[in-house]
Amino acid sequence: MSNIKRRDLLKAGAGIAAGAAAPMIWVKNAYAQQWNNTPEKGAKLRVLRWSRFVQGDIDQYMKNVQAFTAKYGIEVRVDSESWEDVRPKAAVAANTGAGPDIILGTYDDANLYPEKLVEVTDLCNYLGKKYGGWYPACETYLKPDGKKWIGVPLGATGSMMVYRESQIKAAGFDSFPKDTDGFLKMMKALKDKGTPGGFALGHATGDANTWCHWLVWTFGGKMVDTSNKVVLDSPETIRALEYAKELYGTFIPGTLSWLDPNNNKAFLDGQVSVTNNGISIYYAAKNSKDPKINALQSDINHANYPAGPAGVSTACHLFMNQMIFKYTKYPKAAKEFLRFMMEDEQYGAWLQAGIGYTAQPLAAYEKNPIWSVDPKHTPYRDACKQLRPAGYAGKLGYASAGVLADFIIVDMVAEAASGSKSPKEAAERAQKRAERYYKV
Amino acid sequence: MHKLLDNKNALGLLFMLPAGALLLVFLTYPLGLGTWLGFTDAKIGRTGEWIGLENFQFLIGDSVARLSLFNTLFYTIVASVLKFVLGLWLALLLNRSLPFKSFLRAIVLLPFIVPTALSAIAFWWIYDSQFSVVSWTLVKMGLIDRYIDFLGDPWMARASVIIANIWRGVPFVAISLLAGLQTIPPSLYEASSIDGATPWQQFWNVTLPLLTPIIAVVMTFSVLFTFTDFQLIYVLTRGGPLNATHLMATLSFQRGIPGGALGEGAALAMLMVPFLLAAILFSYFGLQRRAWQQGGSDK
Repeated sequence: MSNIKRRDLLKAGAGIAAGAAAPMIWVKNAYAQQWNNTPEKGAKLRVLRWSRFVQGDIDQYMKNVQAFTAKYGIEVRVDSESWEDVRPKAAVAANTGAGPDIILGTYDDANLYPEKLVEVTDLCNYLGKKYGGWYPACETYLKPDGKKWIGVPLGATGSMMVYRESQIKAAGFDSFPKDTDGFLKMMKALKDKGTPGGFALGHATGDANTWCHWLVWTFGGKMVDTSNKVVLDSPETIRALEYAKELYGTFIPGTLSWLDPNNNKAFLDGQVSVTNNGISIYYAAKNSKDPKINALQSDINHANYPAGPAGVSTACHLFMNQMIFKYTKYPKAAKEFLRFMMEDEQYGAWLQAGIGYTAQPLAAYEKNPIWSVDPKHTPYRDACKQLRPAGYAGKLGYASAGVLADFIIVDMVAEAASGSKSPKEAAERAQKRAERYYKV
Repeated sequence: MHKLLDNKNALGLLFMLPAGALLLVFLTYPLGLGTWLGFTDAKIGRTGEWIGLENFQFLIGDSVARLSLFNTLFYTIVASVLKFVLGLWLALLLNRSLPFKSFLRAIVLLPFIVPTALSAIAFWWIYDSQFSVVSWTLVKMGLIDRYIDFLGDPWMARASVIIANIWRGVPFVAISLLAGLQTIPPSLYEASSIDGATPWQQFWNVTLPLLTPIIAVVMTFSVLFTFTDFQLIYVLTRGGPLNATHLMATLSFQRGIPGGALGEGAALAMLMVPFLLAAILFSYFGLQRRAWQQGGSDK
């Protein structure tokens, strides 16, 4: 026990050292980039953000906010709402022209009302140049026309495979399978061992959407082509659905009703061996006062989604953005706030405090020590890098948002998996449902 | 001015103004806006243009919307009938002289007092596919060998949400009917028992007819509450599994707010109005306007 502790300490020490050294790496870039912005006098800001999934996130976020206030004398009020409630609030703000100056939203929020948002091209260019560039998904989401930035990316909360090392070993697997065939074999073996896995198939906005999108994509299926024509009902999708049916046979019973919290609860109770989730399960185990749950942390590990016939890493993660609304009286102060929060001193510390719950949108932060201090964090590092927007491969907007909110992909996978419809029927039905959205 | 205030009619009008303004601002305006939105293609962040009946045509052709209509009717009818039967039964029991009568009556109201979202979370645990206390008990007793999939199977899920709704709705019906029962003069029961009426005959010929006006009001409200239910479904299933528990209210929210299609969401909400009006008219004309209530006699 003491041995482990010492090693952890050493690692943490190395992490801190690396953290201290990190800013040096960017010094050269730092003075190449000029940022000129003077916040309005007497500015006050209101920020609405999603409420934390891990405690460290909000603690550090508020510390950063206080540092901003101390430096600029600008008072900032931060309100938090459950992440799914932020979307309606942001929409009301956009519609009525009143509300928080800055909203931290999710997915394609910004694409629903781009003309209501303050353009932040200067800020994004500055940050992009200083910190090694934005990942491609950031531009898909927030630079829709390829020229103007309508929001500042915050990152993505990764949805990865979370598994019990001892249980997959007992089922005969030394490491987590890298392809879909191996994955299915492992799931079957786990079921035979009496330690099944489980993935949400209810209307779980986060967990169900992420893994169901991966499933369709990894077999080469997609919702729309680049011209926004619905092409979901394809041989690739049907193969994915046939696979889903086999996979579903290995699940713990009841996943059709699972909402977002179900898999966390079942996993921490030791009832499932594999599921998909953010790093929050690991975080919860690590910080649990219950010795039984706390002991799980050494057995939990994370892996990327296995690759299917499509060959490329295709993952759907929860994208997070930061939007400044045009009605704000203090656009400059708002920009300054977002810049401040994205700078290494603040953002780096925030990444660490949240143990990487939200992965960075800027390449330079890959070097943040949080990703190396514990190898179990590492898979989450590339969440934003490998992310594919849910409206792939088309343009984002009302249609993609509507299709996602209506659970069309999730329902399709659930119908085929549970056998209530054949894969072909499920794909046809989903195609029809999606076409109604993309018709406009 | 003085003259105006002396005028009874003008003064009455003046006194009604605040209430009228409140109704106008908080009731008429949102309802009007909702109706108007239903005929537009408004999206979140974008004002819509008039598109006539397009939203409604779209919804009629939409299998999920049709399913939600079926779910809503099924949910409302089954839950309302059971709430009425159980509520009436409970009211009759509570109307007897029991020990700790007022205490019992207070306790019965509890499910109605607890905020829906909270009781829904309790039910969510009860129905959980892994942690259900019901399944756990039955397994421990050796009656079943695997956990019941309360919310994972379409028909089980419908039954489960209906039971949760009944649990919550029965107290309202019971307490209101109890109030009605207490307005029935005991002399009628005495008179009928002197005439040799059995308890069953008393119920049919004294209790039920005199309770009808209250039943009409209570059931109208109950149907309205059930038809427009939202929180329970939203917490328990989000309309899943496979949209089997999507009610029109939850689907309208899903389409309108997270989905961004305000116009379509509003249209779906508007589609509920004819059903609600029908329910109100039925109770108003069918149950409340009995001739004997106006001093005449029933045919």
